[in-house]
Amino acid sequence: MSDMSNAVVEKYHNDFLKEVEAHVEDGEWVKMCMQCGVCAGSCPLGDHWAHPPQELFMMIRAGKREEVLTSDSMWMCTSCYNCIVRCPRGLPITHIMHGLAHYAHRLGLAPEKQPTRVFAKLFWDNITKNGRANELKMGLSLYFKDGFGNGIKEAMKNRPLGQAMMKAKRLNPMEFFGGHGVKDKSGLHAMLAKAREIEDAKLEQGK
Amino acid sequence: MVVATNQTILVVGGGISGLTAALEAAECGKDVILIEKNPSLGGRISQLYKYFPKLCHPSCGLEINLRRLKGNRNVRVMTLTEVAAVSGDTGNYTVTLKRSPRYVNDNCTACGECGQAVEAEFPDEFHYGMKTRKGAYLPFNMAYPQRYVLDPRIISSDDADKAKAACPMHAIDLDMQEETLELSIGAIIWATGWRPYDANKIQPYGYDRFPNVITNVEFERMLDPFGPTGGKILRPSDGKEAKDIAFIQCAGSRDENHLKHCSRICCMASLKQATYVREQYGDEGKSSIYYIDIRAIDRIDNFFAKVKADETVSFIKSKVASITEDKATGNPVLHGVNVEGYHRYSNPHELVVLAIGMEPSVPKDEFPVEVVMDDNGFVLADDSNGAIFAAGCTADALDVNRAVQNATASALRAIQVINRVAASEAASGAEG
Ligand SMILES: Cc1cc2nc3c(=O)[nH]c(=O)nc-3n(C[C@H](O)[C@H](O)[C@H](O)COP(=O)(O)OP(=O)(O)OC[C@H]3O[C@@H](n4cnc5c(N)ncnc54)[C@H](O)[C@@H]3O)c2cc1C
Repeated sequence: MSDMSNAVVEKYHNDFLKEVEAHVEDGEWVKMCMQCGVCAGSCPLGDHWAHPPQELFMMIRAGKREEVLTSDSMWMCTSCYNCIVRCPRGLPITHIMHGLAHYAHRLGLAPEKQPTRVFAKLFWDNITKNGRANELKMGLSLYFKDGFGNGIKEAMKNRPLGQAMMKAKRLNPMEFFGGHGVKDKSGLHAMLAKAREIEDAKLEQGK
Repeated sequence: MVVATNQTILVVGGGISGLTAALEAAECGKDVILIEKNPSLGGRISQLYKYFPKLCHPSCGLEINLRRLKGNRNVRVMTLTEVAAVSGDTGNYTVTLKRSPRYVNDNCTACGECGQAVEAEFPDEFHYGMKTRKGAYLPFNMAYPQRYVLDPRIISSDDADKAKAACPMHAIDLDMQEETLELSIGAIIWATGWRPYDANKIQPYGYDRFPNVITNVEFERMLDPFGPTGGKILRPSDGKEAKDIAFIQCAGSRDENHLKHCSRICCMASLKQATYVREQYGDEGKSSIYYIDIRAIDRIDNFFAKVKADETVSFIKSKVASITEDKATGNPVLHGVNVEGYHRYSNPHELVVLAIGMEPSVPKDEFPVEVVMDDNGFVLADDSNGAIFAAGCTADALDVNRAVQNATASALRAIQVINRVAASEAASGAEG
């Protein structure tokens, strides 16, 4: 467990619900769940979740911190919003799922190889580098995420699509050499660093 | 001529609550006017097959109350009447009533000749449109008053003349007009009751798309021996007997997207309806109740325990997520997750009954006088309401037992107002 994680555990004396309420986006809604199960039943990917949302909420209340934060369940959410629309208590379930995933990621507890997480990390690095998404590099880094050989295979498989996109001017091959970006990149990086500093300070307040 | 004074109590709504309030006040010697929007008294209980928890027939309790009514000279009943406006204050209201024409006077003996003579048919409100009725009709067998009504839609058509010609009692008067009356009233008891929540609004359950998804109020009608299916549980799609029946609780209640309140009676209603299934099919019937939690309170808990012990009734802890239809069989298929163990299911049933809840029958913004209400449109007991008191399901989603208690309490409150009015008039009379 990371230092940061230990710090919050100490602060909340193992009251995981309180921890979630304080640090997870929309976490204060968790206690409103009445365990009706309509979110789980409405989820198009429901079969693939180890723990559907209402089970995660119950686990949070039961203090199953480790199991929740290391779970890959909340990473399965595709933001279809079916659950939010149907929740009889109006819980922003989609947002809570993303909040939990993000929190687990920050604490270094999220499953390392979970594809959604890998994608999210690649995307973050991609877009924060220049302040603009570099689609060519994003695609390539996704192809090569499982090693060089696999990357070549994936790239070949998707070549026709890439070429068609280039023809339609939806993809610029020149992006390979750096790519476009915002004017003040160092300003952007300073801003992001400051934001992280503020967020981390909030988490570490418990120390 | 309707005579009223500021010592008269007006009761609005002739369901079980309004009837009770009117009778309690009248039997204490007060002067009461009871108005009802429909052509007959009785309200929603007359549309129920049996009452929980005793499983007796509501017609019995209704009959007792109608006898009390017939035996009391202090209550005047006006049907087809609504409140148009209220002004004034405690002990001194002016109420404007609007009375729609019945086109049948009190010569009527309910012989039914007019009904035979007319041709046009309309959806039968009493049976929630599950069958049709003629344009000249008796609202239901126990209707009070026992008098036919002409549907205003047949007036000025051939049917109206046919009805008039057929009546041996000269009871049909096609020249009746809408009337407006202004009355002086001391206190008002509001007992306009509830209406079923519109199941079409619960989109994932497909009430509007799947014929074999019905509501609990429609299910009550099916059991009525004089009802649309002659007392049999039949599937609307193919008229076949349905033996495997699912009940979905909190259909539109306890839901931020629909009714925010717990309608309180739906759990008991479904438990009761599961006993109908057993009554009809014995061990061959199957009831499956999908629920969030069963809210059967105090003495009613015994009833729950009894139904729970029945092996043909099963309980699935789950708010059903959606319903689809199996085209081949016409069976609705319920999808969701059983939160006891988190098992995903897709369960077909022959018939699905939505346990829809109650909402106030008069919408919040249509109430003819300003009163304090909660978010759901139920009228609260509040001093600023003056002498306007809610009774029964106007006050809250209640079962009959509680509605009647509540109605008796509001009768007492109204009586206190009238007594104060009488005392102050006696005092000023003595002075002058
Ligand atoms: C499916 C189902 C099953 C139920 N089963 C049971 C049971 O087994 N046992 C039990 O105890 N309870 C049961 N209930 C609850 C029961 O129906 C209510 O408690 C009861 O009907 C309340 O009576 P009420 O007089 O307050 O309202 P209502 O019965 O709604 O009466 C209101 C009356 O006011 C009239 N009205 C409406 N608006 C106006 C207006 N503007 N002007 C004049 N008149 C107006 C209406 O026409 C009606 O006659 C059940 C409810 C449901 C939904």
